Amino acid sequence: MPMVDIDWLKEHVTVPEGLTYEQLAADLVRVGLEEEEIHESQVTGPIVVGYVVEATPEPQKNGKTINWCKVDVGDEYNDVDENGNKVPRGIVCGAPNMAAGEKVVVTLPGAVLPGDFRIEPRKTYGHISEGMCASERELGLGDSHDGIILLRDYGFTEEEYENLKPGDDLMHLLHLDQPILEINVTPDRGYAFSYRGVGREYHNSTGAEFRDPAIELDARAPHVESSDGSDIEIVIDDDNPIHGVVGCDRYYARAVRGYQPGSPTPNWMRRRLTRAGMRSLSLPVDVTNYVMLDLGQPMHAYDLDKVAGPIVVRRARPGEKLQTLDGKDHDLDSEDLLITDSPNGERGSRILGIAGVMGGMYGEVTAETTNILLEAAHFDPITIARSARRHKIPSEASRRFERGVDDRLQPAAAQLACDLLEKYGEATPSDTPRDLDNTVLRRPINFRSSEVERLTALKLDINQVSDILTDIGCEVAGGGNGELSVTPPTWRPDLDEPCDLVEEIARIVGYDEIPVTVPAVPVEGHVGLTADQLHQRQVADELAEYGMVESLSYPFVGKEDYRNFLEDEETIEKVSVEIVNPLAGDRPFLRRDLMPTLAQTVQRNIHRGLDDIKLYEIGHVYLWDPDAPAIPALPGGKRPTNDQLRALDAGLPKQPLRVAGILTGHAIDDGWLGDKRAVDWTDAVEAVHRIADRLGADIELVQPRNADGAIDGDEIPASWHPGRAAKVMANGVFVGWVGEFHPTVNEKLGFPKHSAAFELDLDTLFGTLDNKPVQARPISTFPPVKQDLAFTVKDTVTAGQLRDAIERGAGDDLESIDLFDVYHGDQVGEGEKSLAYAVTFRSPDKTLDSSDSEALRKRIVEEAAKLGAQLRA
Amino acid sequence: MEVAQDLHFDADEVTAAVAEGIEKIGQASTMEELKAIKTQYAGAQSAMTLASKAIGGLDKDQKKEAGKLMGKLRADFGRAYGARETEVKAAEEAAALAAETVDMTLPVKRKPLGARHPLPKLMEDVEDFFVGMGWQISDGPEVETEWFDFDALNFGPDHPARQMQDTFYVKGNQARDAAGFVGSNMVMRTQTSSDQVRALIGRGVPLYIACPGRVFRTDELDATHTPVFHQVEALAVDRNLTMADLKGVLDKLAVAMFGPEAKTRLRPSYFPFTEPSAELDLWFPDKKGGAGWLEWGGCGMVNPNVLKSAGLDPEVYTGFAFGVGVERTLLLRHDINDMHDLVEGDVRFSEQFVMGE
Repeated sequence: MPMVDIDWLKEHVTVPEGLTYEQLAADLVRVGLEEEEIHESQVTGPIVVGYVVEATPEPQKNGKTINWCKVDVGDEYNDVDENGNKVPRGIVCGAPNMAAGEKVVVTLPGAVLPGDFRIEPRKTYGHISEGMCASERELGLGDSHDGIILLRDYGFTEEEYENLKPGDDLMHLLHLDQPILEINVTPDRGYAFSYRGVGREYHNSTGAEFRDPAIELDARAPHVESSDGSDIEIVIDDDNPIHGVVGCDRYYARAVRGYQPGSPTPNWMRRRLTRAGMRSLSLPVDVTNYVMLDLGQPMHAYDLDKVAGPIVVRRARPGEKLQTLDGKDHDLDSEDLLITDSPNGERGSRILGIAGVMGGMYGEVTAETTNILLEAAHFDPITIARSARRHKIPSEASRRFERGVDDRLQPAAAQLACDLLEKYGEATPSDTPRDLDNTVLRRPINFRSSEVERLTALKLDINQVSDILTDIGCEVAGGGNGELSVTPPTWRPDLDEPCDLVEEIARIVGYDEIPVTVPAVPVEGHVGLTADQLHQRQVADELAEYGMVESLSYPFVGKEDYRNFLEDEETIEKVSVEIVNPLAGDRPFLRRDLMPTLAQTVQRNIHRGLDDIKLYEIGHVYLWDPDAPAIPALPGGKRPTNDQLRALDAGLPKQPLRVAGILTGHAIDDGWLGDKRAVDWTDAVEAVHRIADRLGADIELVQPRNADGAIDGDEIPASWHPGRAAKVMANGVFVGWVGEFHPTVNEKLGFPKHSAAFELDLDTLFGTLDNKPVQARPISTFPPVKQDLAFTVKDTVTAGQLRDAIERGAGDDLESIDLFDVYHGDQVGEGEKSLAYAVTFRSPDKTLDSSDSEALRKRIVEEAAKLGAQLRA
Repeated sequence: MEVAQDLHFDADEVTAAVAEGIEKIGQASTMEELKAIKTQYAGAQSAMTLASKAIGGLDKDQKKEAGKLMGKLRADFGRAYGARETEVKAAEEAAALAAETVDMTLPVKRKPLGARHPLPKLMEDVEDFFVGMGWQISDGPEVETEWFDFDALNFGPDHPARQMQDTFYVKGNQARDAAGFVGSNMVMRTQTSSDQVRALIGRGVPLYIACPGRVFRTDELDATHTPVFHQVEALAVDRNLTMADLKGVLDKLAVAMFGPEAKTRLRPSYFPFTEPSAELDLWFPDKKGGAGWLEWGGCGMVNPNVLKSAGLDPEVYTGFAFGVGVERTLLLRHDINDMHDLVEGDVRFSEQFVMGE
């Protein structure tokens, strides 16, 4: 994001004496230019002017010649000889341009240069060097490292140079002590990628006087209406405009002749470019970059002698390729807009670059170039954005073009570049530029000044509104009936709708001025959380109350996770949602179950030396349907038809809400009380029942079994212990699994044996609830009758089946039924078990006598007998 | 059982026997001893009982005197017994209590304490804030169509902000996106604002909703970033809503989350789906190193194009929207310094919060 240098900003706007970067940041943020960072200076002094009194060349064995210099650095820093007299310091300097009589930059011991380079006295080439004469690169002022900085040609006027005294502080004179402000520019404010734009915003914030540099430059720029006799012929030939917008609506080309190759970039400009984070390359390139930073107009400099007119701006043709300046090869797309020229009369046959993005290898300004063609154009933002995205070259130019460049700026920008090349490169700008201008005047916005109050509650009269809009550069007309006709300035392509103007007014007035009210919400229909939102909270709270800890995990999974859960990768990946650009290449899929990612969280806890981990998670899973229809692309700003809305949703994966829990370690550990029990399937089953009871859900656990009553392993996912896993059915609908992990899974995950888990689909479970108020049963005050009943039954008969039989037999008078013993062993036959129940009966309307209870007992025994159960004596 | 008894009445003898019994009562130290003494001196075979029985055989005038004596002796014995019984019982109870004394500082934790994660818990608090104002809570899919996440929100296919969202793109049945690039037109939603147009179309106006939920950006996990995080989006669309209403709701939310001194400030900014737009700063009274402003979220008046995406007339309806980061809120409120603690699921982190606050 752009850097703001106060020294540079001052050229366009009057800033108060002693303006600090902190204050500048505060001023700019008020109007929406946010501070990214104030980059502090990386240099500390002392760094002072040194006058080279003597420079004695000393050839070295390695072939180099160093200078042993005596440098006067002023009384404060000079050496003291044995007689107490101040004498120049001894400094060793290897730079070829060192000479006696020069004023140079001396970094003295104690100074710190960029890269934490600390200056100390050091012994070198047989001398003690008490400081260093610095090059531009060493000071972070630029790229030059051919020699040390000679202050004589470092941007001082003759008079200023004469006045430089040994020992003068250079930290300030060379801006070494200056921080710089980096700002964030939101995508609507392309113009703030320039000093011209930031200066205007500083004016908007503070009222400081702003001088638009483009006005004076434009006044001096030659405007040529016809192409006859112009510097070069330009043809815009766009056969593939995007959204009907021609890729280039203005192309301004101006020749600059007689440039002296190798002309150095002035130091002030190098310093400014460096501080903006750009490298200094050559004067013509530096000038185009400088103009872009200053005015916001990206420019390109071609070698005029290599370019064969006409220049044709056209779209790429299939199969065309280009190597860009950064050395990368690109297959061009028919949407790429190209700058081409016409060697041998073949129009548009040679590609010079991708318009507004990056130049190609041919046609660039080189070290031999003497005649230059400057390009200042206006391109369609979408064309530029797509090319930059397609070829992955977000350049400084494309960044500006895609946000919108002022379409009136081109002659002024070229004029500034010409001025600089003329002044520093001895070049002569032509007076016959070619300005191919197809831009159209912007349509004014009809603006009711009452819109300001309608959207912001700010009460402004129409004159205030008009004044603010005029000040930001709009042309404002009308005013009758409170309606204004507002033409936004050409540098604000983002101002398009009345609401855009409202924002301008509100930000200039200040958001702090907007009053504060609280809207009264019309209450209609259901108020509060929905039933399902409440149910979700109930599940979360219940599991925490059960002693489990809630956690959240990222939904990304990969092969390793599937392997741990004994799942087949190929099968599961086909039905998994896949991320195009995953953060971790080995986890490109979204989970289909909470279990794998929850298990990772449990593992993390165990690896940290924590025991008895019991975690649960509530979150979404993502179920990809390989046959889902493709999702259409639809325009915004228009309500899709109901069919289109259905088509959007039809392509999305199902994303049900689930809850999963994993229980490991001890279920009970009283510590010194001595009661200990490891987790097993019962703890997971209890959790599921508690959820169901809390919600009022009617659930049943079903172990898949064959016709002969044996476990049907095929129906049980491989990750579960086949003998200790059950389907959870709610009102007969499958909602998930509960049980122990397969021993192999526990081992792979590093979990204790018999670790247990559950995962339930909450959307489905909630769907089985009737969400009606509980209908209360009357409470009987007649006495209960209690009986213990023990049955012997085959192992294949489940406790659930036997319980159902008892319930059927007991009928309405059954109050409760509690299983208090499960027995396998000598007293029952092989393949049999004994189940003992404590059954309580109670009638709502009478005292049950012994004959009643005997009749109930008989009916229960009859029902149980249908399952082959025998009452034990 | 018939026992031959030599019934005679000797006043001195029975008086001496009772006196002896009363003396023994005084020496008894347990209830057991006491009961044995009662049997010995007041039981069926005791001198006192026998003497009482013998009265029947006395002369009429002797009877009266003997009866009087026996009444006194019985009363004396009973009083002595009762008094001693109270003493002994108290002593025995004291001994029993002493024997049952325990160290109550022994740790007792039969049922482990579970814990909610503070993040969903905070989202519930935020939901309750909105519900308390009469708003509704809405939710949309996490894998979302680009239309709801971008296009409907005025991020056109070529909008520079669309490229700045660090979006996770989702593979899918190939289609072309609106800019002609091959894609599925599906993303992991980058913002809970994707619920805005869903809610507007699905629920209609007037609409006052908050959408808490998970969002996704391609940021690597570090101390301040996480690729999966949570936002709460608020959207109100009605006739006559202004930025003043936005400021009012924001201030109330700030106070609900951060205490009575909290307040908010708006700075001009840009979001495609709002105009005017603002960055939302929070005045945080408990900021480390002194109260100050912190970035909290983004907000603004709903862009007319968003209303149009939902088929609403922007001339009739206005609305405001804001979004705040739940993680950011949580980090600030609870002085959490590292995002890792929030996302790693270490039980020691959640256990600090138990069931909430």
